[in-house]
Amino acid sequence: MPLLEVRNLNRRFGGLHAVNDVSFCVEAGTIKGLIGPNGAGKTTLFNLISGALKPDSGTVLFKGAPIHGLAPHAIASRGITRTFQNIKLFAKMSALENVMVGMHVRSSASMAMGMLNFPATWAEERHVRERALGMLAMLGVRHLADINAQSLSFGLQRHVELARALAAEPSLLLLDEPAAGLNMQETLRLGETIRQIRDRGVTVLLVEHDMSLVMTVSDEINVLSFGRMIAQGKPRDIQANPDVVRVYLGDDHA
Amino acid sequence: MSFELVLQYFLSGITSGSIYAIVAIGFNIIYNTTGIINFAQGEFVMLGGMTAISLSAFMPLPLAIACAVVITSIVGGLVELTFIRWLKNPGVLRMIIITIGVSILLREAALHVWDEKVRSLPYFTGNECSSISIFGAHISPQVIWVLAVCGTMVALLSLFFTRTLTGRSMRACSANRTAATLCGINAKSMVTFSFMLSAAIGALAGCVISPLTQTHYECGAPLAIKGFTVAILGGLGNTTAAVAAGLLLGVIEAFSISVLPVAFKDVIAIGILLAILFFRPSGIFGNKEAGRLKEF
Amino acid sequence: MQSSRYFPILIIAAIVVVLQLIVSGTGTGFYLTQLTMSAYYTIVVIGLCMLMGYAGQISLGHAGFFAIGGYTAAALTTADMTGLTHGPAGRLCVKAGLFLQTKDLYGATLAQCNPWLSCAIAVMATVVIAYLIGIPVLRLKGHYLAMATLGFGTIIYKIVLGTKVFGGADGISNVPPFFLVQGLRVSGNMTDRIPNYYIAWFLVIIAALLMHNLVNSRAGRALRSIHGNEDAAEAMGIDTARYKLHLFVISAVLASIAGIFLTHFNGGIGPSEASVMKSVRYVAIVAVGGMANLWGTIVAGIVLNFLSLRGYFGSYDEAVFGLILVLMMLFAPNGIVMNRSWNLLRNRKTENSPPHSPSLERQGEDEKSGKALDAAS
Repeated sequence: MPLLEVRNLNRRFGGLHAVNDVSFCVEAGTIKGLIGPNGAGKTTLFNLISGALKPDSGTVLFKGAPIHGLAPHAIASRGITRTFQNIKLFAKMSALENVMVGMHVRSSASMAMGMLNFPATWAEERHVRERALGMLAMLGVRHLADINAQSLSFGLQRHVELARALAAEPSLLLLDEPAAGLNMQETLRLGETIRQIRDRGVTVLLVEHDMSLVMTVSDEINVLSFGRMIAQGKPRDIQANPDVVRVYLGDDHA
Repeated sequence: MSFELVLQYFLSGITSGSIYAIVAIGFNIIYNTTGIINFAQGEFVMLGGMTAISLSAFMPLPLAIACAVVITSIVGGLVELTFIRWLKNPGVLRMIIITIGVSILLREAALHVWDEKVRSLPYFTGNECSSISIFGAHISPQVIWVLAVCGTMVALLSLFFTRTLTGRSMRACSANRTAATLCGINAKSMVTFSFMLSAAIGALAGCVISPLTQTHYECGAPLAIKGFTVAILGGLGNTTAAVAAGLLLGVIEAFSISVLPVAFKDVIAIGILLAILFFRPSGIFGNKEAGRLKEF
Repeated sequence: MQSSRYFPILIIAAIVVVLQLIVSGTGTGFYLTQLTMSAYYTIVVIGLCMLMGYAGQISLGHAGFFAIGGYTAAALTTADMTGLTHGPAGRLCVKAGLFLQTKDLYGATLAQCNPWLSCAIAVMATVVIAYLIGIPVLRLKGHYLAMATLGFGTIIYKIVLGTKVFGGADGISNVPPFFLVQGLRVSGNMTDRIPNYYIAWFLVIIAALLMHNLVNSRAGRALRSIHGNEDAAEAMGIDTARYKLHLFVISAVLASIAGIFLTHFNGGIGPSEASVMKSVRYVAIVAVGGMANLWGTIVAGIVLNFLSLRGYFGSYDEAVFGLILVLMMLFAPNGIVMNRSWNLLRNRKTENSPPHSPSLERQGEDEKSGKALDAAS
């Protein structure tokens, strides 16, 4: 059974058919790339999977159970987390606190317990803190733990956001253009990190424009154009696919 | 209920409804150009009435009203210049609190300039005893004045926004501020002008309703809530719908007296406001698009 | 680790004691009355500070919750319940102490509700109403949220103003004292002035303690994340609607308890406690103290309320708060009680951001970057 299965997903915005009868699967333990020209509907698809948008029709199955129509926080607690195209870190919180929020789904102290400062919560808080620090360390930014997240540089913010998404120990990680704004060296390192994430057992669904990254890191690639899935396969096959080439580079006989 | 009583309630309803509609249009004008909800809108109505009352002591009534409108309009412009214009990129929370603060300041200033006594302008024609009979319902001639003045204002505004350059510029600003600036429209001036215009129509409404409902320093606040209710009811930013919504609210309120104690009349408007906000923030006539607030 | 967190609380407690000794020592004992009232108003503001500063939800109707608490307690404790005491259930209630036998002006026996019972009922009523109102209201944002809370506050005001049970424009008076434990009671009696001062401030410290703990807990992090970026918080598994609602109810209960106790202290309550101006006042104080700054808000609460109650603002009382509101929002949206010395007192872990942490400005920027109305709502 594939980890994530999308069947006949549809979403319109007024007259625009942003996601048009899209179906695909993501197998557990793989890295799936999602590419397509601007406006193809990739972020919309992400939002449909993560629950930020509700589909007009179609189903999304995660570990065999339907998740379409659920609220984003419910989907997150089932094991899907994501990063955002324009990095949504929490304002006025440090990098460490941002990552600690990522562990929300893995902790359970209630509001009442928090207010009364039950000793039972102390151990959990310590644990959350240590794991969060560990996440930051894994991404090489442990030294930034106490710095206000929004005063970090763009590239470092990306690392923090990634640490936050990983802190939840998801089964599926949705990465929305993680390489945007990174230079070549940083992109190479990102590729390494994504592979490490996969090796730890996290399945990755990646939307990306940077072809070098997508082609080298993905196990399989899907191509979206004007809301439709036009191709699916191994990176080498996708590169050779004439439809894909045409969609990106245009037609001589247009 | 007899036909005459129904008609009486109805006429009373559309009278107050017209005022609500004008206040709502004032909200809409400012909201359209700036995305701000001006909580001080009700105070413009109050200021218009109070100023006219003071001026009418030594001026003929029409002149007093005209001057009051001009003065209030200037106050509106000053409010914008002092508190709004130089703010760069304020958040919505901040703007809300600022306009609330401004409304309090205007109200307290009115209290100290005048006092807490209740006053009113003299009736435009006749006096408080004169009444006209329409199909058996007895109404004051002032009611005709209210309906006529408000109706004329709406018509003139409509012409203004469609036929004049300034009006069209304001609409351009509300549709897309950046594009409007690129076309050479001075967006900042448009914002100031929208405040002045809203203040002016509010003031005129305050003058014309004063003989019927009396004016005192606190009469602005309830009008602001009801005006806002009407604006939302019609769909925020939609001026024509505001007229219909205003009349509707006025009539509902008027008829509610027959079933509820008078003390709870205001609760009707608030109840409608809450109902609209909870169930259909885009208003009766608005679309989903209007339900999402503008940025500015 | 835990002890350093409570340092500001100790400072406050110390100041409270010192203040009382000074006041009693210099023969200005009457200041204690205003300080006690200021304490109760500060409890309201503490709850509001959490709601506005940490969850980012504005409430222009919090005086409504204060009134719900105060009026319920007042109405229940002044109403004559003798009619209910005749049946077996009624006699049981009297035996259990739920109703108190007192004498009225003419010497006849009255049965009045035990203040503990009325307090419990008032708090429960507040919780129910806060949940009912909160669910639809908290889905709104920006101006809509502000107007909805304003509307709620106004409805409460109109209800207490227009209903005979609540005394109409005169309010309710002759509210009996609230006996807490042996020898300790909440009342306006001259002899009880000093104990009442400490009762009030004790409640303030409890409220501050609970809220301070909340901020530093997992739930507090969740709330701050909602304020920071609501979409991202949802994506991280936080049920934002539920958290906002719970915090709204908590802040409502704090306001309500303040209302109950102040009503017993004053011996009565009037409709002005439910007015919009009172709600605006609370917002102004939170604005001065700094929206996410618990200690600043407490200081602002004491100072501004005390000055207002002593009459220093004269007939310009309302205007002053309006002016404060405007000036704060124009020039110091993050409050003015936020300077270096406070940073020393504050636990380093609660505020990792530099002193000029952008709060309201940043929200403006967030909105510019495409997200309509979220955290500022």
